[in-house]
Amino acid sequence: MTRTIRTASLSIALTGALLLTACGGGGFTEDTGSSAPASASGPVELKMLIASSGDAETNAVKAAADAWAKKSGNTVTVTVASDMNQQLAQGFASGSPADVFYMDAGRFADYAKNGSLFAYADQLKDNSDFYESLRQTFTYEGKQYCAPKDFSTLALQINTDAWAKAGLTDSDIPKTWDDLASVAKKLTTDKQAGLGLGLGIDRVGAFVVQNGGWWLNDDATKATAATPQVEEALKYVQDNVKAGSFKFANQLDSGWGGEAFGTQKAAMTIEGNWIKGAVKNDYPALKYTTVELPEGPKGKGTLQFTQCWGISSDSKAQAQAVDLVTSLTSVEQQMAFADAFGVMPSRQSAADQYKAKFPEDAPFIAGGDYGHGPVNAPGMEQVVADLNSKLEGFAAANLPTVLESFDTNAGSVLGK
Amino acid sequence: MSTADQAVAPGTSPVPRRRTGGKGAGQRQSVAGWLFVTPVLLVLGLFLVIPIFMALWVSFTNWTGRGSPFSSGVGLVGTDNYTALLTQEGLSRQDFMISLRNTFYYVIGVVPLQTMLAISLAVIVNQKFLKGRSFFRTSFYFPSVVSSVAISLVFLYLFTGTGAVNQFLGLFGIDGPTWFSDPRGLLHMIGGGLGLWSTQSPPGFLVDTQVMNLSLWEWLSGPSVAMSAIMLQVVWTTAGTFMLMFIAALQDLPSEVEEAAMVDGANAWQRFRNVTVPHLRPTILLVITLGVIGTWQVFDQMYVMTQGGPGKTTLTPAYLSYTAAFNQAQWGQGAAMAFLLFILIFVLTSFQRFVLRDKDVAKQKKAERAQRRATKKGATA
Repeated sequence: MTRTIRTASLSIALTGALLLTACGGGGFTEDTGSSAPASASGPVELKMLIASSGDAETNAVKAAADAWAKKSGNTVTVTVASDMNQQLAQGFASGSPADVFYMDAGRFADYAKNGSLFAYADQLKDNSDFYESLRQTFTYEGKQYCAPKDFSTLALQINTDAWAKAGLTDSDIPKTWDDLASVAKKLTTDKQAGLGLGLGIDRVGAFVVQNGGWWLNDDATKATAATPQVEEALKYVQDNVKAGSFKFANQLDSGWGGEAFGTQKAAMTIEGNWIKGAVKNDYPALKYTTVELPEGPKGKGTLQFTQCWGISSDSKAQAQAVDLVTSLTSVEQQMAFADAFGVMPSRQSAADQYKAKFPEDAPFIAGGDYGHGPVNAPGMEQVVADLNSKLEGFAAANLPTVLESFDTNAGSVLGK
Repeated sequence: MSTADQAVAPGTSPVPRRRTGGKGAGQRQSVAGWLFVTPVLLVLGLFLVIPIFMALWVSFTNWTGRGSPFSSGVGLVGTDNYTALLTQEGLSRQDFMISLRNTFYYVIGVVPLQTMLAISLAVIVNQKFLKGRSFFRTSFYFPSVVSSVAISLVFLYLFTGTGAVNQFLGLFGIDGPTWFSDPRGLLHMIGGGLGLWSTQSPPGFLVDTQVMNLSLWEWLSGPSVAMSAIMLQVVWTTAGTFMLMFIAALQDLPSEVEEAAMVDGANAWQRFRNVTVPHLRPTILLVITLGVIGTWQVFDQMYVMTQGGPGKTTLTPAYLSYTAAFNQAQWGQGAAMAFLLFILIFVLTSFQRFVLRDKDVAKQKKAERAQRRATKKGATA
């Protein structure tokens, strides 16, 4: 018996000793982003972490970073993340994250709240040139933290062959909800749904914006999902799903709206700029056109998806990082990125250049004026995921119950 | 042994010198032993034991993911993370209970299936007159060797709405479901088919009674169609490993025992039930224990194939712990979930060991312990 006690206490002592070696290290003070950036002297080496959509994007970013590096005499190492959330989290936990990184709008608030981000937006010369809604997306507690690097919006894609076969013409392009419903009904056949939608609030949210509603109130202190505006918008979609003219991707055996559209299981879809590259690569024979989303009862509305250039508060060379971001968000550089991998510049002054160069993308860039960014309050990721999961069986969903449970769940998160 | 150079005077004992030599060799052996074991101890300690204790610490804090969890800014919140998962009415508890329900049906489906499949394959492959035994052994074991991510991707394509599986079912006129988009529970569908209830309007008392954030109707859903596809894949993949363990145990069964049973007039099934299976009992215990541990910890398939969907029906505690920590920045809760899962597995395997113990050996041990206690009491009295 005593031998067991001795062995047990010895092992506990050993473990405790091992633990103590892992403890220690200076505490981190809560840094809400001092306005004076850390500036390292001499040539610095900046680390950049990006989540790339493919070789085109990786090469474009590396070229831009190298150009700045040569001009300024520093070096930039660009790393492409295979799992952005995980690698970013690992960087912050270890205390030495990348200096500059892609910051997705949906995750932005959590990182702003725990002090990981350096708020440099007030140091940019022409910060007001960025679209107002994009700047709003990256604002937490009244302070804008970072500069949006580009954005995409949702628009309506129409399969021109199916359109002509249903006897529709240019004058039939839907301008209101009723137009959209009747056009989708005309396009619906046995083998093809009129409108194919991707799952989740990142698509049906466009209808909510068109009806003047949103999931949260303006300063993200209260959830407003269980309101008539939101419910009416979702009911409009649900009625059409029950009638069979709108169908979701999981009803069409597709992963997303673009796949349903490309495989011709749907004659129309609502997707963003990324659909251009996807159709070109995977469905090159498809003939389609893009138009702006129809207006809802309260006017035009669409969803914006954007990322910003995040600079970490732990970075030792924040001044140089801000300089790098300034060069990456110049009009010329943003147009170069648009050329390379099809995103839209986040500067309003670049809009005309973009429209002149890519006239077929005019419906997308028009969304910069009336689009709404994603839900960006801290801690809301789990609540939104639950809402999306409850909306997967959209036709049978009990909308008032689902929206109320969203409000309840969000309420317990938004107060903190 | 240095007995040769001992000038032993009559009457003196040569033992001391021999004992010194023996003690030196023993000491050298123990030093050598520790020397060989130290690298593994270091690696295990640094990469397994310490992170586990660090995670235990994180589960009692409100660490936000920035900087070291041992820094001075991190606050201790005691059991808040655990109560959020077990007793507080909220989204975290709902998600955790959903993951427990999903994995419970997964375990109940996979462990018996893979054990029975492994035993059957082992008995078949072990037959002496089977031609090409090593070919069959290799091909049955092959899925266990291939990366689980690669197999998951292949099965993802096999089970699409127009994939190979549905085309095969179409040959029999069965319209297969879109497997990985189908959240309907098997028990719900079977009950609906048998006429016990209607899946469109389930019985009121099942829907209204809420136990731990989920209604009874949701608890009784069974594995979803998507989960069933994953279960089929996992059974196919892991049966091979356990088949090997059974083959090894079967080699130990002397053929004379089988022949004696045949002489006594037992047919193949009776021989299997009364001779083979009792002999395999320790291996069955091992396989079921490993199966239970492995299935409760399932993560790879969910991460690659379904990400917890459709409708959260393939959410498991391990995957939920990962998403809570990395995607939802709830590090304390993610760590707490991992430890709740550990406790659950520990309790289950202890219970299973108790149920499947060898009762004769247990009785004998109990008698020995009682005897030892009696002699000790008699000695001290």
